Amino acid sequence: MKKIIILVLLIILAILICSPILFMLGGSIMGNSELSSYLSPVLDNKSGFVHWSLIPNYPTLRSFVALLLDSPEFFVMFWNSIKMTLIILIGQLIISVPAAWGFARLKIPYKNTLFNLYVILMLMPFQVTMLSNYLTLDKLNLMNTQYSIILPAIFSTFPVFIIHRFFCSIPVSIIEASKLDGANKFQVFLMIGIPLGSAGIVSAMILGFLESWNLIEQPLAFLEDKTLWPLSLYLPNIGLELAGIAFAASIVAIVPSLLIFFGGQEHLEAGIAASALKE
Amino acid sequence: MNKNRNWKQHTDVLFILPSLLGVSIFVLIPFLDVIKRSFQNVTGENFVAIKNYSTIFHNRAFLLASGNTLKFIAICIPLLILFSLILAVVLKEKIPGAKLLKRVFLIPMAIPVASIVLLWRLVFHEHGILNGVLAGFSVQGQDWMNTNAAFTILVGSYIWKNIGYNIILWLAGLGAIPEAIYEAARVDGAGWWKSFVYITLPILKPTLYRITTLAFLNSFKVFREAYLVAGSYPHDSIYLLQHLFNNWFRELSLDKMSAAAVVVAIVIFIFIIIMKKALDKQEE
Repeated sequence: MKKIIILVLLIILAILICSPILFMLGGSIMGNSELSSYLSPVLDNKSGFVHWSLIPNYPTLRSFVALLLDSPEFFVMFWNSIKMTLIILIGQLIISVPAAWGFARLKIPYKNTLFNLYVILMLMPFQVTMLSNYLTLDKLNLMNTQYSIILPAIFSTFPVFIIHRFFCSIPVSIIEASKLDGANKFQVFLMIGIPLGSAGIVSAMILGFLESWNLIEQPLAFLEDKTLWPLSLYLPNIGLELAGIAFAASIVAIVPSLLIFFGGQEHLEAGIAASALKE
Repeated sequence: MNKNRNWKQHTDVLFILPSLLGVSIFVLIPFLDVIKRSFQNVTGENFVAIKNYSTIFHNRAFLLASGNTLKFIAICIPLLILFSLILAVVLKEKIPGAKLLKRVFLIPMAIPVASIVLLWRLVFHEHGILNGVLAGFSVQGQDWMNTNAAFTILVGSYIWKNIGYNIILWLAGLGAIPEAIYEAARVDGAGWWKSFVYITLPILKPTLYRITTLAFLNSFKVFREAYLVAGSYPHDSIYLLQHLFNNWFRELSLDKMSAAAVVVAIVIFIFIIIMKKALDKQEE
C-alpha cells in the first residue's frame, strides 16, 4: 500500500516535470485563431488572463509548414547550431581522447599537477574565463566569427575528465598483455584504449552535445553578427505575434536533443555517474 | 639506449600536448594577462595598484550581483541536494518502473533552455496563466518576473533542470554500498531509518562533496534562463554576476572585469580546495 502511494506521487511528479514539453507540443499543433484567442490578454495587454488547453481543438501542422516556408532565418540559425555543434564535437574527440589516455595511462612529467589544473578549469564558470578567451580571440582576429565559439569549446577540459575516468578503469593486465605481444604505445592506445574506453567517449560526446546545443553565454559575448547566432540565442527573439511559429521552432529545437538523449541514455547515465565517481 | 628511452618518454607527452597547448593559449596564458590587467587602468597603460579592486568592492552593481549570486547558490544547492537524495533513495527502494521514472526526471536536462522560454513568458506574465489560475481562487496576481518572486522562479527552474542529473549521481553512490552491510545491520535489529542514518549517510559523504562541487558549477548556468527571459537588466532580485560580466564586457570595462574575474576565480578556487580537503579526509 505504502509503495502504491509513493508510486502515484512519483508519477504525478514525473508528469509535472514533463509538462513543459506537453505544453509546447500542444502549442505547436494549434491553429492560429485558437492560439491568438488564448494569448490575446498578453498580446493586446488587455484585461483577463491567458487560458490554455493542452490538447488543441483543431490540431494542425500549419505552424510547422509556415516555419518551413516563411522563415528562412530559422534555417540559417538551425544550420549554425548544427555546424558549430558538429565541429566542436569532432574537435573535442581529436583533442581530448589522446589527452585523457595520456593522463590515465602514460608517464608524463607533472601529470598530477596538470590534471588537477584541468579539474579546476573544468569547474570554473564561463564568466571567469570569458575575458581570457576574449584576449586571445581578439589577438587572433577571431572575434565575431564562429571560431570564437568553436575553438575554446574544443579545448574544454570536461571531456578529458570524463574519458579519463573510463580509461583508468581498464585493467592493467590487458595493457601489459598487449605490450608483451609487442604492441607499441600508439598501438595500445588505438587497439586497447579506444575500444575499451568507447563507452566513456560516447558519454563525453553526449554531454558535449547537450552543452553545445545550448550555447548562450559565448555567442552572446563573442558574436555580434546575428546571422552567425545559434538557434539557442535566436529562438527567444521570435515575437509572440508569431506564437505558432515560435512554438513550432521550439519543438524543432528540442527534437535533436531528445533523439540524442533517448538514443544514448545508458551512456549518458554512465557519463554523469563518471563525473562524480572516485578518482 | 638511454637516449632511446628518453625519446620514448617524450612521445608520451605528445598525447596531451595538443590539449595542453589549446588550454594554454585560450585560458592559462591570457589569464596571466587578466591578472596583470586587474592592476592596470582600462587602456592597460598605467599601473594603478589595487584601484580596480577597491572600485568593484564599492560598485553597487557588483555588490548586488555577488550578493544575489551567493544567495542563489546558498539556497538552491542545499534544496537540490536534499530533493534529489530523497528521490534517489525512494527510487532505490524497488519501486516498479523506477528505471523509467529516473529517465523521465532526467528529461529536463535535454530540453534546450531556449525552447521553454516561450512557456515561461506565458505562465508568469501579468496577464499570464499563473495569474489566471490564482484569479480562480480570488488571489491577486502580479507581474512575477518584475518582483522578488523572480528569484524563487529561478531557483525552481534550476532544480527542475538539475534534479535528474543529481538523482543519477546519488544512485551511483548508493549503488556502491554493499548489500551485506545492511543485512548485518538488520541482523543486529536496526530498522530502515537507523540503517539510513548510521550506514547510508556516512558512506555517502564523499558523494555529497562531489555533488556539491558539480551543483555549484551548474548553478552558474541559470544565467541562460534569466537572460533569455528577462534580458540584460532583469529585476534586481535576479541580477547575477553573470549579467554583470556580460554588461561590463559589452561596455569594454576590461579593468573592472579583470579584477572581478580574479576575485571570482580565487573564491571558486578556495571553495574547490575546501571540498577537496574534506573529501581527502573522508577517504583516509
